[in-house]
Amino acid sequence: MATLTLTGVRKSFGTNPVLHGVDLDVRDGEMIVVVGASGCGKSTLLRIVAGLETATAGRVMIGDQDVTALEPADRDVAMVFQNYALYPHMSVFQNMAYGLKIRGLPKPEIIRRVDEAAALLDIGTLLERKPRQLSGGQRQRVAMGRAIVREPKLFLFDEPLSNLDAKLRVQMRAEIRRLQKRLGVTSLFVTHDQVEAMTLGDRLVVMHAGHAAQIATPMEVWERPADTYVAGFIGSPSMNFLAATLEQGGAAARLGNDLVLPFADGPRTGKAGQKLTLGIRPEHLRPQAGGLRVMIELVEPLGAESLLHGRLPDGAEMTVKLAGAVHPDGELEVMPMAEALHVFDGETGKRIEPLDQSTTR
Amino acid sequence: MATLPAEVLARRSARRRRREAIVTHVCLIIGVLIFAFPIYLAVIGSTHSASTIGRGDVPLLPGPDAVANYAQAWGTGGGRFMGVPAGGMLINSLVMATLIAAGKIAISLTSAYAIAFFRFPLRMVFFWLIFITLMLPVEVRIIPTFQVMVSLGMTNSMQGLVVPLIASATATLLFRQFFLTIPDEYVEAAKIDGAGPLRFFVDILLPLSRTNIAALFVILFIYGWNQYLWPLLIVNDRSLETIVVGLTKMIGSGDSQNEWNVIMATAMLAMLPPVGVVLLMQRWFVKGLTETEK
Repeated sequence: MATLTLTGVRKSFGTNPVLHGVDLDVRDGEMIVVVGASGCGKSTLLRIVAGLETATAGRVMIGDQDVTALEPADRDVAMVFQNYALYPHMSVFQNMAYGLKIRGLPKPEIIRRVDEAAALLDIGTLLERKPRQLSGGQRQRVAMGRAIVREPKLFLFDEPLSNLDAKLRVQMRAEIRRLQKRLGVTSLFVTHDQVEAMTLGDRLVVMHAGHAAQIATPMEVWERPADTYVAGFIGSPSMNFLAATLEQGGAAARLGNDLVLPFADGPRTGKAGQKLTLGIRPEHLRPQAGGLRVMIELVEPLGAESLLHGRLPDGAEMTVKLAGAVHPDGELEVMPMAEALHVFDGETGKRIEPLDQSTTR
Repeated sequence: MATLPAEVLARRSARRRRREAIVTHVCLIIGVLIFAFPIYLAVIGSTHSASTIGRGDVPLLPGPDAVANYAQAWGTGGGRFMGVPAGGMLINSLVMATLIAAGKIAISLTSAYAIAFFRFPLRMVFFWLIFITLMLPVEVRIIPTFQVMVSLGMTNSMQGLVVPLIASATATLLFRQFFLTIPDEYVEAAKIDGAGPLRFFVDILLPLSRTNIAALFVILFIYGWNQYLWPLLIVNDRSLETIVVGLTKMIGSGDSQNEWNVIMATAMLAMLPPVGVVLLMQRWFVKGLTETEK
C-alpha cells in the first residue's frame, strides 16, 4: 500500500508525442480510474507507472520512492491485463504462484497466500486447471488472484473487463470494487467505458489527447465538467452543445434563435457578445412552449424513458431524454432547466464558473 | 420437382456414400502401393540368400534366410573386403543425428530468442546474415568448411561430423516467426512477476515452444540421419562410419557380386531409428503442425 505521485510525465514515441505532461496524486488506498477514448494516452500512462514504458520526461513516485528508473520487477506493482496474459502451460496455482516463486518466498507461504486469494475470489476448486479450461470470468478472477497474492503496493488494471460479455462485466465490476475496498490497495484502472469509470473510481482522470483534462470525483466530473470534451465524454447519451453569446452583463446567454437563457447560478465575467458554448444534458430538457424547436428524427423507447434524437432549425443535433414511453414524431419545443446549464468558453472550450463560485474551484 | 418417396432417397444417399468411400479408398490404396512396394521388395530381398537374388529373378514372397542375413548385417557387415558391422554404424548415425538435431535446436532457439525479443544495435543485420546463409547450399561451402575442419584437427572425429552442420538458419527463422506470434502480454506479465530474460526463456518460452521443438526435432533428426556427402568427406576411420555412407560403400563397383541380401537387411536396419523417432514424436509432431497453444 502506498501513494502514487506523477509529476510532469511526458512520453513521445519517436517524434510523436503521446503524453504532454501529466500530474497526478493518488492517495493511499484510493481507486483512480483513467478514462478516455482510444489513443488518448491512457494505456501509455499506465504502462509508464508499471515500468513497461519509460517516460520521456517527468517523475513517478510510489510512496517515498522514486521509481522512474526502476524495472517493473523492482517497483512492487501488480498488473491485470486486458487479455489476462495467463501462462497457458501453467495451472491456475502455478500462474498465481509464479511471481512469488521468483521472489523466493518459502513454499508454505506461497501455498498460504494462493489459497487465501483463491478463497477470496472463489476459485479454490480451479487451482489444478489450465487457463484454456476456464471461462472468461474465471480467467479474469485468476488474473486478479495473480495480482492479489503478490500483496503489491499498487494494482494496475489495463481494461480488464473489456473481453467479458455485458452481464459478467457488470458483475466483475462490482466485485473488483468490493475487493479493492476490502484490500485497500492503491489502484489505477484504465478503461474507455465511462460507466465503468463512474462506478469504479474514487476519482477519475479524464484523458484527452495526452492531457489530463480533468481529475475529480465521478459526480464532480459529471456535474462540473472542466471542458466541452469532458462534458461530451462523460454521461450517456452525450451532452448537447449550443452556440451562444454572453448577454446582460454576463447574467444570461443568447442562443442563435434569439432565445435568451438567464444563468441560475450567477453571472459570468466576460465582454458582452463573447462567444459561449452552452451544454445541456438530454435529461435536463423539458417540453415547454417557446423553447428550442427540435425536429424529431428518431425515437428510442428504453422502457422507463425515451430518447428523442432530432435537429434544431440550424442543423445542430439535439438529444432529449423524457420519462415514459410517450412522444411524438415531428416537432417538439424543449426548454433547458436553467440550474443544469453548463457554460463553456466558445473558443477554448473551458468551463466558465459563475463569479461567486469561481474561488471554490 | 416431384418429391421422391423417403426410402428411395435414403437408398440413393446410402449408395452415394458407398461410392464416395470406394473412390477414396481406391486412391489411398494406389498411393500406399506406390510408396510401400519398394520397401516391401527390400524386406523380401533381405530374407533370401545372395545367390537367389543374384540369379536375377526378383522373388515376391519371403525366403528362408532372414535370420542369417540380419545376423551378418548386424555382426560382420557386407562387402567382400571391408565389411563394417551395421550395429556400430547405427550407433554412429544415431549419435550424429541426435547431436545435430539437438544442437541445431539449441542454437536456433537462443538466436531466435535474441532476435525476436531484444533490441540491440545491428539486430536486423544479424538477422539477415543468418537468413542469407539459407541461400548457400552445403555443397557450395563444403571445400572451405573441410579446410577449416582440417586446420582445427577435427577430421576423423564425431565433432568433425557434427559441428559444421550444427547451425540452422531455417530453424532460427521458424522459431523467430513462432516467437513473434507470442503476445507481448506474456513478456510484460513475466516482467511484472519479476522474471528476468533467462527465467522467461526457461519458464515460459520453452514450454510454449515444445510442440514446435518436437516437430523440428523430427525433421532435423532425419536431416542429420540422411547426411551423406559431409560424413563421406570428413571421416576415413571406418569405426566412425555412418550407416548411410556405409550402405553405399557396400555396393561394389562391379568387380564382385554384391551381397544384395545383406545390403537389403542393412537398409532395413537403417530405416528403423528414423521411423522410431517419427513414431515417438508423432503425437507432438502433429500437434506442432496443427495446433498452437496460446
